[in-house]
Amino acid sequence: MNNFLLLPIIIPFFFGMILMFGQKNLKYQRSFALLGILLAFVSAVSLLLKVKNDGIQKVTFGNWPVPYGITMVSDMMSALLVTTSLLIAFFVVWYGFGSITKERERFFYYPGMMFILTGVNGAFTTGDIFNLFVFFEVLLMASYLLIVLGGEKGQLKGSIKYILINVISSALFVITVAYLYSVVGTLNMADIAVKISDIHQPGIITVIAVLFLMVFGLKAAIFPLYFWLPTSYAAAPIPVLTLFGALLTKVGVYAITRTYTLFFVHDLSYTHDLLMVLAIGTIIAGCIGALAYFDVKLIIIYNIVIAVGVILFGVSQMNEMALKGAMFYLIHDMLIKAALFMLIGIVIYITGTSDLRKMGGLMKTYPALGWFYLIAAFGLAGIPPLSGFVGKLLIVQGGFDAGSMWSSIFILASSLLVLLSVIRIFLYAFWGEEKETKGTVDKKVYTTLFVPTVLLVLITVAYGVGSEWMTPFMNDAAKLLNDPSIYIDAVMKGD
Amino acid sequence: MEIIMAFVIGFLFMAAVYLILSKSLLRIIIGTGLLSHGAHLLILTMGGLGGEAPPVLNEGAKTFADPLPQALILTAIVISFGVTAFFLVLAYRSYQELQTDDISLMRGSDEYE
Repeated sequence: MNNFLLLPIIIPFFFGMILMFGQKNLKYQRSFALLGILLAFVSAVSLLLKVKNDGIQKVTFGNWPVPYGITMVSDMMSALLVTTSLLIAFFVVWYGFGSITKERERFFYYPGMMFILTGVNGAFTTGDIFNLFVFFEVLLMASYLLIVLGGEKGQLKGSIKYILINVISSALFVITVAYLYSVVGTLNMADIAVKISDIHQPGIITVIAVLFLMVFGLKAAIFPLYFWLPTSYAAAPIPVLTLFGALLTKVGVYAITRTYTLFFVHDLSYTHDLLMVLAIGTIIAGCIGALAYFDVKLIIIYNIVIAVGVILFGVSQMNEMALKGAMFYLIHDMLIKAALFMLIGIVIYITGTSDLRKMGGLMKTYPALGWFYLIAAFGLAGIPPLSGFVGKLLIVQGGFDAGSMWSSIFILASSLLVLLSVIRIFLYAFWGEEKETKGTVDKKVYTTLFVPTVLLVLITVAYGVGSEWMTPFMNDAAKLLNDPSIYIDAVMKGD
Repeated sequence: MEIIMAFVIGFLFMAAVYLILSKSLLRIIIGTGLLSHGAHLLILTMGGLGGEAPPVLNEGAKTFADPLPQALILTAIVISFGVTAFFLVLAYRSYQELQTDDISLMRGSDEYE
């Protein structure tokens, strides 16, 4: 028994509740939001260290025996993801002080942030498939609030699409859970895994596996279910977009990874080959989108799609090397996407437009911004020693080990297109002649935006340079993903 | 009994998909309502329709209906109720703001096409 692992979920929830009061007092709202995230982050870090030292942590609510109560399980993968989400949320909230409008701040912006964190952390930590659905709804409801908050025309258009897609995928999730329940008769994830391996994954379970891929694929934006993502995300204000881009699709990726490494491991030639083909399709679709547009937001948004494809390719290979790479790349991608969205948010703030053709020559007036953008862009593309390198290296190495040579070469080639797409922003916005800017730049606001962004970029650099230090954590996560029996034993046996 | 339920639920899904693919926003919301009805009935059916007594402990009854799907449905109902209420208000707001309920006119954004 150990309630400690609930702290990263409960602290944001508690602060979300107390932030519902005093909504007009900005000082109180801002300081308590930061305080809440900071406390949750500290508890997440100590949880991470505890998981590293003592192995998987779990708690079953109400002291029920394991398959009957709701179990919360914190293994290395979920502890890492929870820590990263809280770290990113801290910088996003800080960045929001300069970027989000006061009217939004006074209207439940910070409680929305807190509840979205509750949902995300809960979804990463839960060990019960229906509880996963409930935490998905928690984070989705908060995300509906954040995407539509402000009520501009573009936001209304984008959020209708976003909500409709998520309502449909939630219904599909319920349907899939109903099918799974009728076959295995249990909802606890570890117990489901045991029951599925007892019946050796008959055809119906493979059908359910594909249904799960559709459900989580709609959330994670894999090919061909990514169509809703670009326009709905582009509608949100920059800090909200940052949080969505960094966290929400990654929850879908996490859910696919969890189900495909824990439940559906007995018919790899069908389920995981399908996942691999879809991952390749996702990368192609993302690359086309990232090169097609002259809008900075859309370019980075399509880069989310590419990264989802790369991570899922690593998962589909099902060997320890590729899974370790997928874990490295997942954490890297959350950090770097947040940094990139924050950087282009500053560019949009300075120039007053998101159209690349109307920008130019920022390097003369904002050299520091330019160089940090270049570092983040190189990190995204995976140039050593920056953060994207190790993950992609291990994924490709795992792909070669698993015998999928051509698709691994394709992953390497896609890095070039990623680099091209982000360097295009650099060439258009930072080089060339200076153009007239419509936005008025307030030095104080600029500093509020710039400081958290730079810190986050530096963290991604440290993540890349210090990957040696991260390796033991990633090894544990990969070992656990590669061998579901570790997870099952930890949950089903003893306290 | 399960076969009949399966056909009814299939019909609900069919109607829901048809309505969601239509142009009017209100029809789409009615479609999502039907979709969640179908999903909830599906949980109930997939749990099995056996048992002679409702899942309340009382003397005399030997078999009970499966209590778990009922708890799941109750959770799913309130969630879909909350989402639908939000969605309806959003549709109302966007009707006020955009002066249309035709989803095909809501494409793109103001900044770029």
